[in-house]
Amino acid sequence: MANTQHSIAVLFAPDVVHGPTSIFSPAGTPAHSIFGLSMLVLGVALCVFVIVGGLLAYAIIRYRHRRHDVKAGEEPAQIYGSNQIELSWTVIPVLIVAMLVLSSARVIYSTQQAAKPTAALDVIVIGHQFWWEYRYPKLGIVTANELHVPVSDPRHPTPTYLTLSSADTDHSFWIPRLAGKTDLIPNRVNIMWIDPPTAGLYLGQCAQFCGAQHAKMLLRVYADSPEEFSNWVKRQRDPVKEDPNTVEGEAVFQHNACISCHTVAGTVATGRFGPDLTHVASRDTIGSGAVLNTPANLRLFVDNPAHFKPGALMPPMHLNEHDLDAVTAYLLTLK
Amino acid sequence: MDGTLVEAEEIALRNSALQVLHNWVTTVDHKKIGLMYIGSSLLFLVIAGIEALVMRIQLAIPNNTFVSPQAFNRLFTMHGTTMVFFVGMSILFGFGNYLIPLMIGARDMAFPRLNAFSFWCTFFGGVLLYFSYVGGNGLSGAGSAPDVGWWAYAPLTARPFSPGHSTDYWTLAVLLSGVSSIGSAVNIVTTVVSMRCPGMTLGRMPLLVWLYTVMSMMAFVTVSPLTAAQIMLMLDRYVGSHFFDTQAGGSAVLWMHFFWIFGHPEVYILIMPAFAFANEIIPVFSRKAIFGYPAMVAASVGIGFVSLSVWAHHMFTVGMSAGANTFFVLATLTVAIPTGIKIFNWLATLWGGKIHFTTPMLFAIGFLFQFLLAGLTGVMVGAAPFDWQLSGSYFVVAHFHYVLVGAILFMLFAAFYYWYPKMTGRMANEALGKWHFWLFLIGFHVTFDFMHIPGILGMPRRIYTYEAERGWMVWNLIVSSGALIQAVATLIFVWNLIWSYFKGPLAGPDPWDAWTLEWSTSSPPPEYNFAITPVVESRRPLWDLKHPEDSDSYYE
Ligand code: HEM
Ligand SMILES: [Cu+2]
Repeated sequence: MANTQHSIAVLFAPDVVHGPTSIFSPAGTPAHSIFGLSMLVLGVALCVFVIVGGLLAYAIIRYRHRRHDVKAGEEPAQIYGSNQIELSWTVIPVLIVAMLVLSSARVIYSTQQAAKPTAALDVIVIGHQFWWEYRYPKLGIVTANELHVPVSDPRHPTPTYLTLSSADTDHSFWIPRLAGKTDLIPNRVNIMWIDPPTAGLYLGQCAQFCGAQHAKMLLRVYADSPEEFSNWVKRQRDPVKEDPNTVEGEAVFQHNACISCHTVAGTVATGRFGPDLTHVASRDTIGSGAVLNTPANLRLFVDNPAHFKPGALMPPMHLNEHDLDAVTAYLLTLK
Repeated sequence: MDGTLVEAEEIALRNSALQVLHNWVTTVDHKKIGLMYIGSSLLFLVIAGIEALVMRIQLAIPNNTFVSPQAFNRLFTMHGTTMVFFVGMSILFGFGNYLIPLMIGARDMAFPRLNAFSFWCTFFGGVLLYFSYVGGNGLSGAGSAPDVGWWAYAPLTARPFSPGHSTDYWTLAVLLSGVSSIGSAVNIVTTVVSMRCPGMTLGRMPLLVWLYTVMSMMAFVTVSPLTAAQIMLMLDRYVGSHFFDTQAGGSAVLWMHFFWIFGHPEVYILIMPAFAFANEIIPVFSRKAIFGYPAMVAASVGIGFVSLSVWAHHMFTVGMSAGANTFFVLATLTVAIPTGIKIFNWLATLWGGKIHFTTPMLFAIGFLFQFLLAGLTGVMVGAAPFDWQLSGSYFVVAHFHYVLVGAILFMLFAAFYYWYPKMTGRMANEALGKWHFWLFLIGFHVTFDFMHIPGILGMPRRIYTYEAERGWMVWNLIVSSGALIQAVATLIFVWNLIWSYFKGPLAGPDPWDAWTLEWSTSSPPPEYNFAITPVVESRRPLWDLKHPEDSDSYYE
């Protein structure tokens, strides 16, 4: 079975359809079981297309009107119908449909009602226009835009259970290689789970139109080995270190509107409208994957977020050059 | 002395131009109204097509800045809304209006004034939609055209997320189109029920008339919830109710149910007429009676009913229970059965025939293959888990454009070429028609075949740009170039319509040697269609006339 599935996959998915977010390079249980079903459906569709399309093509070529072999005005035999034939091409589709419904049901139930292992990690995901908030209730971590999860060894599964909701409009959480998408809807809580089997970075993005900058609401999931993951957890729990060199930048941050939208744990900054910045310098990207987190980009982002992300809800901060440098230096210490 | 003469001539001319305009604006003749529907949808087709082109230019390469994010969001909103409500619906009602009375041997529709009202309602709806580009915030702010998508999900349409008037323009335009659709649907059903000529029992109606009746019934059932939803949305926005305003405890999922209970059957509403045209055109150019008339009727009614129970397959990702998901998979895939019957019956109609490759028939053949493929990708997205991956991706965009363009638009082109001689009295140019067909076929496949691939590669829809590293660029570039080919083909089509109107050879009443009643009148038909009310004895009255020795009435 796995083998035929694979060969169908090759037929439909030659090298060209592989890429960092291809649904045909599944990693993890939910994505794999969807992939299996996909190959079945594709195989059935291909057979039907070859047979019915072939018959159509045959009829069109075989029965085309030829000028010389028909007397003018002569019409072909008129056939009005046939109950037996029509019955047969009703029954066969019924059987195919029944088979596809049952196979779909199996994947639906096995994905939606899988037993949750005790070792599972819980993460609360909140969709915002246009960024992601991640909270680890049992680990006491709050972060944004870059999700870290442990790899899940099939022998000791440590899947990550995501509790999805939204702070504003609808969004949809989609990492094609890890699982199908699930929507984040205000006033509603959805659950999905992922279990990446190998360490690495898995990409995706918001898949439900959510406003002006829906396009740059990118998703980055880092699957870490157990050691890496516990190191990451330790670092995220570290309190912010006071750095005497950046008191000026800290003051700029605290005396501007920054704190009304952003949190830096352990300081007066407790805003929740924008991403938590407690460890912003430890992230690879800013603006929900919009640009790399380099000092220059960070400075430009604070100066004018619309430069990278027109439509982002953070206003330009109108700081002078000096203050910009200072606040950037401060942000860079938030490791 | 010359001066006064010229002046008099000018006045005469102006009078006659005004006269013509006056005639059209005040007409209640079903044929003129049909033509106005068709003309206005062609206009909107060109506008929405240009919008599609601009979007494809923007997406041809990564990180493009041809249009701004908001302009792009407006483009896909306007494109979708225009195509569904002001092209699809009105062109189909246009053909229906023109053909149904002729095909059932009636002199007009049952309610001619309601008919005119319905047309002007939807026409003003379309104008209002586009007025949003200049209205609201005014020209300087590029207007306030809606940017919430044609599906307009809550709560993006609520006041906090959609300030200004853009959403109001959208709501009112859709509302007007809905009122118009219900008016037309009432009219069609009443006409079919009460105005058939003697001898035309339900079992002898042309299949086109049957399918339009099913479609109109579906329009009653589904456009009403849409209209209700629009009114609730307006109440939310202006009176402070909270049906869909999630910030105040409203429900986003409620909107989805309302919308898709309309939106899904709507797709079938749009495709019923395409089936209807196929049922008329394929037999005539195969020179055979349609195979399995009763099964075709039953399948259409079946599709009508089943399609009312599948709406939530647009909601496989909103987190329904496993049981609900499975039910909607079952309902969705069930539609494949009556649809399959249709394809097989068309196949059997071709089988043993003498197929003439006229332009209408070429488009119908293209339709058969493309509809088959559209159905098969439909089965894929109907299998919920596969849809968890594909929904909201470019695969879905490719799938439904296979339905909307590959099936519906191809059949519309077929209908244009087939009934053009009836409507204008002149034949459309076959050479231009074949150029149009082949170019459009190539353009269509270059665009929409390749569009499935970025979806499989994880490209969501409704994004104005993407990063180069994702590996989507090649596919998008191919897709965009196909769109250009289709645009060129469409220009040939429009040119053909204009050129043939003046230069095409005269058609005579029955140029295709066809069998239904509309071909028994002159081309174009006189104002009241039939000098003497026709009497029919079978499904193919003109066949009976031409083959008295082998009349259909012996077999029914
Ligand atoms: C000088 C003051 C501010 C600084 C230094 C600052 C810094 C930042 C940084 C570094 C990010 C990127 C975070 C990430 O992607 O992980 C960000 C994003 C964001 N900020 Fe601010 N911010 C400031 C003021 C504000 C204000 C006043 C608001 C609210 C009105 C705000 C709302 C947001 C939002 C909504 C985002 C997410 C943007 C997106 O990716 O779509 N920020 N901010
Ligand atoms: Cu989003």
